[in-house]
Amino acid sequence: MTERLTRNQLARLVAQDIPSGAYVNLGIGQPTLVSDYLTPSQNVTLHTENGMLGMGPAAEGDELDEDLINAGKIPVTELPGASYFHHADSFGMMRGGHLDVCVLGAFQVSVAGDLANWHTGDPNDIPAVGGAMDLAIGAKDVFVMMNLLTRDGRSKLVEACTYPLTGVGCVTRIYTDMAVLLVTPDGIRVRDTHGCTFEELLRLVDLPLLAPERESMLNA
Amino acid sequence: MLTIHDDVDEAVSEITDGAIVLIGGFGKAGQPIELIEALLRRGSRNLTVVSNNAGNGTVGLAALIGAGRVAKIICSFPRQSDSELFDAKFRAAEIELELVPQGNLAERIRAAGSGIGGFFTPTGYGTMLAAGKETRMIDGRGFVLESPIRADFALIKALKADGVGNLVYRKTARNFGPIMASAAAHTIVQVSELVETGDLDPENVVTPGIFVNSVVVVPAQVASNGSTEVAL
Repeated sequence: MTERLTRNQLARLVAQDIPSGAYVNLGIGQPTLVSDYLTPSQNVTLHTENGMLGMGPAAEGDELDEDLINAGKIPVTELPGASYFHHADSFGMMRGGHLDVCVLGAFQVSVAGDLANWHTGDPNDIPAVGGAMDLAIGAKDVFVMMNLLTRDGRSKLVEACTYPLTGVGCVTRIYTDMAVLLVTPDGIRVRDTHGCTFEELLRLVDLPLLAPERESMLNA
Repeated sequence: MLTIHDDVDEAVSEITDGAIVLIGGFGKAGQPIELIEALLRRGSRNLTVVSNNAGNGTVGLAALIGAGRVAKIICSFPRQSDSELFDAKFRAAEIELELVPQGNLAERIRAAGSGIGGFFTPTGYGTMLAAGKETRMIDGRGFVLESPIRADFALIKALKADGVGNLVYRKTARNFGPIMASAAAHTIVQVSELVETGDLDPENVVTPGIFVNSVVVVPAQVASNGSTEVAL
């Protein structure tokens, strides 16, 4: 049995699963790590919501330019073939289904693929949604990256989200430290587990899950 | 007819109390800091501001909010690590917030500028940000009716203007500029450089001058790397 995945191992796993030639948007936070593991041969084009395709790595030293930032407002660089466009075009790319994959963080994902990732619902929290709802319903594939369990051990994969929703039925795949889960019309199918068995995973999430399609994929 | 202003204070001198003002920028990129600070000096109150964020640090939009001039803000992402002036006003219930998903915000502005009376979007369907809004199933998918955001004024920042108000922008500082320019009755643009009419390649004009009413030159500050050179 393999160990639970670290954040970087999880980012590498997501990166490996991004199809060659894809247009991809990586959300703020943990998903940004995925870019470190994309290989040149994958030929992935990164989209940033604030109006750019062909985003390069974070800027350093002389590259810093306050007019060239990513969605997290971090200075970045441009790659050959980059393009700039205004916000309505940028979100048209999302909503219009032109992005192949987006990778988002999450507070909760439901067994139906509902996503909650923008607001805890706590009245003391100032709500901020940004582009999360547009990404969630727009990209052809919506990958979620999160720890399977909260700090107090509760499953973030849930029967129904208790946090305010970002999108309904939009998540296609859930990458966690303990398992990769596929959202299918038949329910959540476990693709592989990390640091636990399928049976242990069932007990942890306390939800019906479909077993991996081939036993050999367990512990991949 | 385009007016070229000598200074930012003159450029914002028609903005009245209670105006709806679109303010460009994503974070600090493309934020027309000098125009906003001129608006602050002008003293207009009870403003409704439409902008992606609710200010950063203590300059520009943050300063306008901190001074209590903004009664309502329509934005997608007010809370940031450096939005403390907005945060304080919000917690004190001294500013109204209309939170809009970013793509809906952009499209509502674009719709206003292009004469659209409303549109159905899948973004936000089934969430609390669609509460109370008309919905419709189209091809088996849920959509929400969203309305255009028209404004009295737009304050935006571009790289260059020519003598007829054609604009070009710089990198991700373009963001909301082109759509906001189209959606306001009076669009005021601060540019780093004013060039002769004919010096912008018509193929490369991003915002045609028909959308621009006022231009004022605010020279770019020297960048941290010492270079003010910007290529088109």
